[in-house]
Amino acid sequence: MPNARSHMDDRRPVPFRGGGFSPMPVRYAAAIGFAVLLAIWELAVRRGLVSPIFLPAPSTIVAALGDLWRAGTLWQHVSQSLVRLAGGWCLGTAAGLAAGLLMGVWSLGRAVGVPFVSALFPIPKISLLPLLILWLGIGEASKIATIALGVFFPTAIAAYTAIDAVPRNLIRMAQSFGLPAGDVLRKIVLPGALPGILAGFRISTSIALILLVSAEMIGAQYGIGAFVLQAGNLMLTDQLLAGVLLISLLGLMLGAGLGRLERHLLRWR
Amino acid sequence: MRLVCESVGHRYGSLDVLDGIGLTVADGECVAVVGPSGCGKSTLLGIMGGLVEPAAGRVYFEGTAPAGSLNPITYVFQDFALLPWRSVAANVSLALEHHPLDAREREARVADALARTGLGEFRDAFPKQLSGGMRQRVGIARALAVSPAILLMDEPLSALDAQTRELLMEDFLALWLAARTTSVYVTHNLHEALRLADRICVLSRRPGRIKQIVAVGIPQAERAASAAAREMSILADRLWAAVREEAIDAEREIAHG
Repeated sequence: MPNARSHMDDRRPVPFRGGGFSPMPVRYAAAIGFAVLLAIWELAVRRGLVSPIFLPAPSTIVAALGDLWRAGTLWQHVSQSLVRLAGGWCLGTAAGLAAGLLMGVWSLGRAVGVPFVSALFPIPKISLLPLLILWLGIGEASKIATIALGVFFPTAIAAYTAIDAVPRNLIRMAQSFGLPAGDVLRKIVLPGALPGILAGFRISTSIALILLVSAEMIGAQYGIGAFVLQAGNLMLTDQLLAGVLLISLLGLMLGAGLGRLERHLLRWR
Repeated sequence: MRLVCESVGHRYGSLDVLDGIGLTVADGECVAVVGPSGCGKSTLLGIMGGLVEPAAGRVYFEGTAPAGSLNPITYVFQDFALLPWRSVAANVSLALEHHPLDAREREARVADALARTGLGEFRDAFPKQLSGGMRQRVGIARALAVSPAILLMDEPLSALDAQTRELLMEDFLALWLAARTTSVYVTHNLHEALRLADRICVLSRRPGRIKQIVAVGIPQAERAASAAAREMSILADRLWAAVREEAIDAEREIAHG
C-alpha cells in the first residue's frame, strides 16, 4: 500500500493541449466589422479629417448612385456593360469548353492543344485590345472579343483538367457494362468533370469583369468602366466610387448566381 | 457459359506480370484466383473481362448466354465504382439504359436487383449516404440487373471492414447459390476463397503463373457446418502453404524495389 499512496501523491491531471487551429463560425462578426469600417469612414469625412473631394463619405456615394438611377444614366451604362459581359463570357465559355473537351478526351487534341493553351494563357488579354480594335474596329466586337479571349483560356484549362481528373475506374466500369462512347462521355465524363468546370467559371467570371472594365476604359462611350473613367477626369469622386460600388455589386451578384448554380447542379456532393 | 484462358500473358512496359495462364472456368463454376500482391490477379481478371488487352494468348467464352442476359461478362469492382451524382436506383439503371428495354422492363429489373440485395428502401439514396457494405451491394445489384452469364469479381469485399465483409459474404453466397452464375473471384483472402469457390487457383509471384489449383470438394452450403470443419482446415493449411512461400518472396521483391 505504501506504493499506491506514493502514486496518489504524485498524481497530476494530463494537461489539455488540443485547443486552437479549428476556426469556429462567429455570427454577425463580418457584418459588424463592415459597419464599423463604414461608420469610421463616414465620421472621418464629416469631421473634416478626410477631404470629400478625394474620398467622399459612404452616404454621399449612395446618394450619387440614387441620383444616377433617377436620371437614367445608370441603366444606360450598366445595360451596355451587361451586354458586353454576357456576349464575351458566353463566347469564351463555349469555345473554352469545346477546346477543353477536345484536349480532355482526344489524344491528338491534347498533344496539340495543351502546349498551345499553356503558351498563350499568360498573355494579358487586355494588351491584345489594340490589335483587336485594328482587326474588328472600335465598336462592340473588339471589346467582346477581348473578354471572350480572357474567358477562353481559364475555361479550357479548367475543363481539360477536370476531365483528366475523372476517376478512370468509373470509365472502366461504364466500358465493362458496354456503354457506347457517347454515353460514357455524357453520363460519366461530363458529370464527373462538372465540379472542376464550375470552379473554372468562378475564375473566368472574375477575369471577364476585369477585362470588361479595362476595355471600356480604353475605348467606350458607355459602360461602367467608361463611366468611372469619365467621373475621374471630372473629379466627380462620388460618382467614380458609385461606379466602383456598382462593379463590386455586379461581381457579388455573379458570384452568388454561380454559387446557386453549383448548389443546384452539385447537390449530390 | 464457359470461360477459357489460353496461354495468357501480360506485361507493363518491361515488367512481366502474367505468364502462360491456361485456365477453364466451367459453366456454373466459381473459381477463385489467389496469390501474393502484384502477381497479376486483377490484370488477369481485366483480360478475362475484355478491359485489358493481353500481350500474349487469348480468352474465349463458350456457349450461349441465357435469354435476357444483357451483358454476358459482368464485373463487380473492388472500389464499387458508383457514380456519386446518381441515386442507388439510377446507378443500377445505368447498366440498362443503353439497351433497348421499355421503361417498365427497365424499372422491373432495377427493382428486382435492389430487392435481391436488400436495397429496396435505399433506392433514392446517394452513394455518399451509404456505408461501404451498402455501396458494394449497389455494385452487386448493378451486376445482377444485367443478368450476367459470367461474373468477374475483383476483390469485391477487400475495401470493407471485417464484420461487414463477413455479413456481405453470407448474402453473396446465398445469391450465388441461387443463381450459380459462372464466376471468377479474385481475392487475397483465403477464407473468402474457401467459402465461395469450387476451385482455387494459386498464382505465383510476378510474373504470375498458375502454381497450383486446389479443388474444394465440399458443397458451398455445407462448408460452414462443423462436420466439414476438419476438411476445411486441411484445405486452408494446404492453400496457405502454397501461398505463403510466394507471399514471402513477393514481399522481399517489393521491399528491394
